[in-house]
Amino acid sequence: MNDNYVGRRVKRTEDPRLIRGLAHYVDDISLPGTLHVAFVRSIYAHAKINSIDTSGAQSAPGVVAVYTGQDIAKIGPVPCAGALPGLKVPDHRVLAGNKVYFVGHPIAAVVAVDRYAARDAVDLILVDYEELPVVTDVEQAAAGGPVIHDAFSDNIAYRLSSGEGDIDAAFAAAERTVKQRILHKRLAPIAMEPRGVLARYFPGEEELTLWSSTQIPHLMRTQVALMIGMPENKLRVITPEVGGGFGSKLNVYAEEALLGWISMQLAKPVKWIETRRENIQATIHGRGQVGDIEVAFKNDGTLTGLRYTVFADLGAYHQLLTPAIPTLTGLMLSGAYKIPAIQMNITACFTNKMATDAYRGAGRPEATYVVERGLDLVAAELNMDAAEVRRKNFPAPSEFPFHTATGLDYDSGNYEAALDKAQAIAGYAELREQQRKARDEGRLIGIGISTYVEICALGPSQAMPAGGWESATVRIEPTGKVTILTGASPHGQGQETSFAQIAADELGVHINDVTVIHGDTGVVQYGIGTFGSRATAVGGTAVFIAIQKLKEKAHKIATHILQADASRVAFEGGKFSRQAAAAASAAGTSEPVVPVAEAPAGALPEPETEGKSSLTLQEIALEAHIAKNLPPDTEPGLSATYFFEPKNFTFPFGTHIAVVEVDRETGDIKFLRYVAVDDCGRVINPMLVDGQVHGGIVQSIGQAMYEEVVYDEQGQLITGTLMDYAVPRASHVPNFELDRTETPTPVNPLGVKGVGEAGTIGATPAIVGAIVDALAPFGVRHLDMPIKPENVWRIIKGH
Amino acid sequence: MKKAINLSVNGVSHTDEVEPRMLLVHYLRDVLDLTGTHVGCETSLCGACTVMLDGQAVKSCTVFAVQADGSQVTTIEGLAKNGELHPVQEGFWEKHGLQCGYCTPGMIVTAAQLLNRNATPSREDICHGLEGNLCRCTGYQHIIEAIEYAAQKAGQS
Repeated sequence: MNDNYVGRRVKRTEDPRLIRGLAHYVDDISLPGTLHVAFVRSIYAHAKINSIDTSGAQSAPGVVAVYTGQDIAKIGPVPCAGALPGLKVPDHRVLAGNKVYFVGHPIAAVVAVDRYAARDAVDLILVDYEELPVVTDVEQAAAGGPVIHDAFSDNIAYRLSSGEGDIDAAFAAAERTVKQRILHKRLAPIAMEPRGVLARYFPGEEELTLWSSTQIPHLMRTQVALMIGMPENKLRVITPEVGGGFGSKLNVYAEEALLGWISMQLAKPVKWIETRRENIQATIHGRGQVGDIEVAFKNDGTLTGLRYTVFADLGAYHQLLTPAIPTLTGLMLSGAYKIPAIQMNITACFTNKMATDAYRGAGRPEATYVVERGLDLVAAELNMDAAEVRRKNFPAPSEFPFHTATGLDYDSGNYEAALDKAQAIAGYAELREQQRKARDEGRLIGIGISTYVEICALGPSQAMPAGGWESATVRIEPTGKVTILTGASPHGQGQETSFAQIAADELGVHINDVTVIHGDTGVVQYGIGTFGSRATAVGGTAVFIAIQKLKEKAHKIATHILQADASRVAFEGGKFSRQAAAAASAAGTSEPVVPVAEAPAGALPEPETEGKSSLTLQEIALEAHIAKNLPPDTEPGLSATYFFEPKNFTFPFGTHIAVVEVDRETGDIKFLRYVAVDDCGRVINPMLVDGQVHGGIVQSIGQAMYEEVVYDEQGQLITGTLMDYAVPRASHVPNFELDRTETPTPVNPLGVKGVGEAGTIGATPAIVGAIVDALAPFGVRHLDMPIKPENVWRIIKGH
Repeated sequence: MKKAINLSVNGVSHTDEVEPRMLLVHYLRDVLDLTGTHVGCETSLCGACTVMLDGQAVKSCTVFAVQADGSQVTTIEGLAKNGELHPVQEGFWEKHGLQCGYCTPGMIVTAAQLLNRNATPSREDICHGLEGNLCRCTGYQHIIEAIEYAAQKAGQS
């Protein structure tokens, strides 16, 4: 592979439309005669519905229809892909039946001629509620609080124990142990574009098209088809521009199926755009665990055992992956360390709240956080340096593939190299010296360190509920333009650029001659989607291998036309040449192909290939399509499709170092430095990788210092707007100092590991560790997130 | 009762009859089909809907269309002139100041106003100027660099 594009900072090809306001998100698409939908949602966390009076709404101006739970019996339940032993699965309908289970639970849908009329009519629907006892605390739910679902005898959705090694023996023989209760508060993903659906039914064709802001168009097509009883091959899902997801759109929601069904009832296009209030109430939340971490270790800091006993707050219903998320935590409890015995005990419970599900990191930030907090506690117990206790327990690079007591085999790693580099950039020894001096002056400076490892490139199909492969089709059109169809539909990650970089290098064409098409089930072969830091590692690999297949065919055609021995024809610089050595010197990125508009009008040009010693890919593409001079038994056309099934996950890693100063008078926390050295394997586009890391770290800053979904004891959502739910702003973030080490994965031929979630996984422990370290003079060893100035001030002032 | 309004958007004059309660952002998006201005929160907290109203950056989700009667409005679609990107747009492209792109139009309009007021802003000035705009993807660092790039670029021309 030449390195013309891959590895380089290439500006994004998707940006020109986005920076000029010319891109199309769901709400930017308007179809003539579109009706608008608005929802009546429960104002109580748990209540019986005695009656719903829709008459006022039915007769309101502009209202076309009103639907309640009685009307939707034919729509199947909202799907859950969990398959855990003994899992309780409540019957989750698209509109509430005779009970509501959380604030925001949809009760009725109003369809009207515009969004103003629809929302006016929502206020005219009278719901007679009878309040029921509420349970919002997960431990109360487990201990026998009010039972939420009549179908079950308690609120425990499942219990699960996992891990390898003799954990009891490890703790029995331990020289030292530490134990800490750790909270992972609920977070709201807050994609800047809320969810939205536009549905259009074509009664003549009996076809339904759904435009939806989703990360998984194909999986959604399958599930919605099953829910509404529509043949899957008559349903088309299009994801136009998707304004962020962070896992919240890795789901199949009630509104998606319901909008499709309403469009079929009315034979009209219908649109619903989520309000921000709805988004915080009724789009999945992340995290939501309360657990106890126990670590067994030797006096020299060697880890011997780790146990995590956790209550997982699932919310009232399962969404697509709700029950699976805590199990991902269990997989990653070995962190970047050799721990011979690990046990995780999960008690997962229903509560009167919105479902939790995958939010950037999805169960793995919880694991990294408890392990890294555990290591900090071990260091504090032994009065060791936080970096040294980590270094002591790393597996060496020669120990990979490294088997963990959580049952995984880490692919490749050099944890010490990333730690060394981060310490060098931060000037770790000097920082510790500065910290000592500052303390002498009465200043409170803290240094936090996190040496994380994450599980990415999800994943082998064996480990995934709906397949873990990804697909690609690569096509060279008759004019020589390259079209890539990927199943990994992005939502901001820049795959139109990164996949084009891979293709441009492999095919020796200009990047502007490559178009990456995604997010349309009517055009793209089945795919899985973009989540779990998988798109480049799995989807990019599918592109890469499809190109190799395509080149094999092109090679066969070239050999035939050049009338050469197959072994004498080689591909270099976008050309198949008889004399490979001579051609290689001319290798390089070609100029863009002449745009079609500038090419001679009319029929395709006649190929002029006779007597040549080399053929461009464009010439071969034309021959392949005209099909007059192909080798015997060769299919016309020039395209290849590949479905890549990875043999393992990948395990990116790195070291984050945060330095903070705490204000003694106000408790305010200021970043002095933030250094991150991430290793995501081979890098396709360093600019995109930096962007992913920045964004992830800032979501970690949010979790560590600002964000928290708060329900009160009655289950009322207290943080229901962006006024109350504190998303970080520009002034909250430090200047990041990023670097990388590069340890390729053997799992895929690109060597790519994935980076989308690194920031949310690696950063929170470093930030919390730094704040705790700053407050160490007050005897503080742990604080729960979000750590706000008020908490800090109380500690300093002894209140 | 609908009310007649007359305003100039991106240099084009428009006369329409609108409901007094129609938000400016809905007028721009639904009536004029200028969908580059986005709605992110409907409460003026996220800034995705930011447009220029008589030279001031405003949240168009909390301005009624009738309040813009007689005004000059500039939206993201009106920033590039004669096919040339505005320096802030160029900065966002050059410095990877966007990922999903949803907050981007509001960010760019806000940044353009910021540079109108202060041609040589410090990092603190930029962060302060972006207080009213949320981005969930970029972590802001590349946005700050994009605006620094634009300031430098505008300073050179």
